[in-house]
Amino acid sequence: MPLPTVAAQRAALDRGETSSADLVDAALTRAAEVDPAIGALVATRDEAARADAEAADARRARGEVASPLDGVPVVLKDNLAQHGETLGCGSRILEGYRSPFDATAVARLRAGGAVVVGRANMDEFAMGSSTEHSVAGPTRNPWDLSRSPGGSSGGSAAAVAAGIVALALGSDTGGSIRQPASFTGLVGMKPTYGRVSRLGLVAFASSLDQIGPLAHTAEDCALLLDLISGHDPGDATSLPEGPTASQADLDGGVEGLRIGLPREYFETEGVRAEVLDRVRDAVAVLEAAGAKTTPVSLPNTRHAIACYYLVATAEASSNLARFDGARYGRRAEGAADLREMYERSRSEGFGTEVKRRILLGTFVLSAGYYDAYYKKAQQVRTLLRRDFERAFEGCDVLLTPTAPEPAFRIGEKADPLSMYLSDVYTVSANLAGLPGLSMPCGLADGLPVGVQILGPPLADARVLRTAHAYQRLTDHHEATPAPIDSGART
Amino acid sequence: MSKLSPEDVRHVARLAALRLSSDEAEALGRDLHAILDYVEQLAEVDTEGVPPTAHAIPFETPLRQDTPVSSIDPEEVLAQAPARAGTAFAVPKVLDEA
Repeated sequence: MPLPTVAAQRAALDRGETSSADLVDAALTRAAEVDPAIGALVATRDEAARADAEAADARRARGEVASPLDGVPVVLKDNLAQHGETLGCGSRILEGYRSPFDATAVARLRAGGAVVVGRANMDEFAMGSSTEHSVAGPTRNPWDLSRSPGGSSGGSAAAVAAGIVALALGSDTGGSIRQPASFTGLVGMKPTYGRVSRLGLVAFASSLDQIGPLAHTAEDCALLLDLISGHDPGDATSLPEGPTASQADLDGGVEGLRIGLPREYFETEGVRAEVLDRVRDAVAVLEAAGAKTTPVSLPNTRHAIACYYLVATAEASSNLARFDGARYGRRAEGAADLREMYERSRSEGFGTEVKRRILLGTFVLSAGYYDAYYKKAQQVRTLLRRDFERAFEGCDVLLTPTAPEPAFRIGEKADPLSMYLSDVYTVSANLAGLPGLSMPCGLADGLPVGVQILGPPLADARVLRTAHAYQRLTDHHEATPAPIDSGART
Repeated sequence: MSKLSPEDVRHVARLAALRLSSDEAEALGRDLHAILDYVEQLAEVDTEGVPPTAHAIPFETPLRQDTPVSSIDPEEVLAQAPARAGTAFAVPKVLDEA
C-alpha cells in the first residue's frame, strides 16, 4: 500500500476522518519504531508537536484552517533554524546550540499550521552526498539498510521514505535534495535560486544554497513551495517576486511541451545503463502524453564538478569562519589566548570533510591562487549558465538522470573525489540558479532511480507541472521499501 | 600544480584558523593534491573575456527604509555564549600577534 501523501492527509483532515493529533501521534510512533534502525532524525519534539497538533485541531474546529498544510506533520533538516530548538548541522561545534529565531521558511511553514515533529540528520554543514559525515552517525536508506540515503539531506529523505512523515524540508547546494530523493524514491525539489528565503538556513555556499521539499508527489511539493516561497526583506538575495502559485498550474499537462535531452548527460562516463533505461522510459511516457523531445547540448557539463567544488568551497571557507567558539557553540577549554581558542575550537569541532573543504576554499582564495582557481571557476560558471540559456531557447524543460547510479553502499565512496563526482548531474542547476526536481521513475536492482527535470529561472511551476503530469500517468512514486525490521543493523 | 607539502598545508590551515596534527596534515595534503589535480582541467577552458559569475540570478542591492524594528532578544543570544561578561561575550586574552 502506498504511504500517505500530504494531499491525502489534508483530505482526511477536511473530511474529519483524522485529526492532527492522530497524524502527529502516528509520526512519533513510527519514528520510535523504525528510526533506531535508520537514524533519520537527530531530535523529536514529542510534547511540543502534540501541543501544536492540538492547536491545529482547535483551529480547524473553529473553521480557521491556516493553509493546506495546517495540522500536517513535517520534519526539518537540522540546518534550518526553529526558535528554541537545537540546530546541530551534524556538527560537534554546534553541540547544545538552540536557535534564537525562526528561519523565514520555518516561520511561514508554522504560520501555515504545519507541525514540526523532528529534526533530520545531515552531512556536517551539508558537505556530503551520503549523510555519513555527521556527528550523529550515518543515516541508512529505508530501501536497503546497508546503503546510503544520499545526502546531504539524507535524514529528511529517509524520514519520508520510511513513512515517518509525508513531507520534509531539506537544502540543496549541489544536489543535496535531488540526489537523496533519487536514492529513496521521492520527489525532491530545489527551487530557483532566491525563491525561498535563506534567512535562518545555516549557510554553506551562499550563492548556491536553496531550501526545498522532499515528498512523495509533485503536488505535495507544490503545496509546500507555495507556502514558503516569496520575497523576504531579511534575505538580500531573495527575489522580488511573491509566493509561487504552482498549485493552480499543476493540471496543465505536457501537451506541446518541448523537452530537451542534453546529450552530455546521457554520455557521461560511469553512468549505469539501467539508470539511462529508466530515464528513457520516463521520456517515452511524457512523449505519449503529447510532449515533444529534442536533443540539446550543454558542452561545458564536463567542467561542472570542478567549477562547483571551487566555488562552493571558497564560499564555505568564508561562511564557516563564524564558528570560532567565541559567541555560540562549542568552545575548546583551557586555551591560553584567543588564537589558540579559535584554532582548537574549530579543530576539535569540525569533522574531516568540513576541514578538507575549508582548506580547499581557503587555498583557492589565497594570494597567488585566486585568479587561477576561484576567478577561473567563476568564469566557467558563466559559460555553464550560457549553455543553459542557449538550450532553453529551443525547449521548455530538460530531462536528465539525477544521479549516475542508484543508492551506493555506506562506506563505498571513501575517496573524497569519487564522492564529489557522484554530483555530476545536479551541481549545474545550482551554479546556474535553475529550478530542478528529481522524481522516481522505476527501480534498478530493487533500488529507486530518479529522473531530473530542470527549468529556466522562475519556471518552478512548469517543472512541477511536468512532474505532476508524469505522476498522474505512472505509479513509481507509490512503490515502498520492504517492511523495516526495527532490530536490524547491517 | 606541484604537490602540496605539509608546510603548505599548515600555512593554509593557519589562514583558516585550523590546527592539524601531522597525520591530518599529511592525509589532507594528499586529498587536496588529488582534488587540485582534478580541477586543473579548468585551465583548458577558454575564458578569455568571459565575465565571472558571482550570482547566477542578477539582482540589485536592495535598499529599505531606515526604520527601527524589533530584533532578537540579546539576553537569549548571550545565554548561548560559552562565556559572558555582563552584556558582552568573554574570550581569553588577546596576545599581540601582529
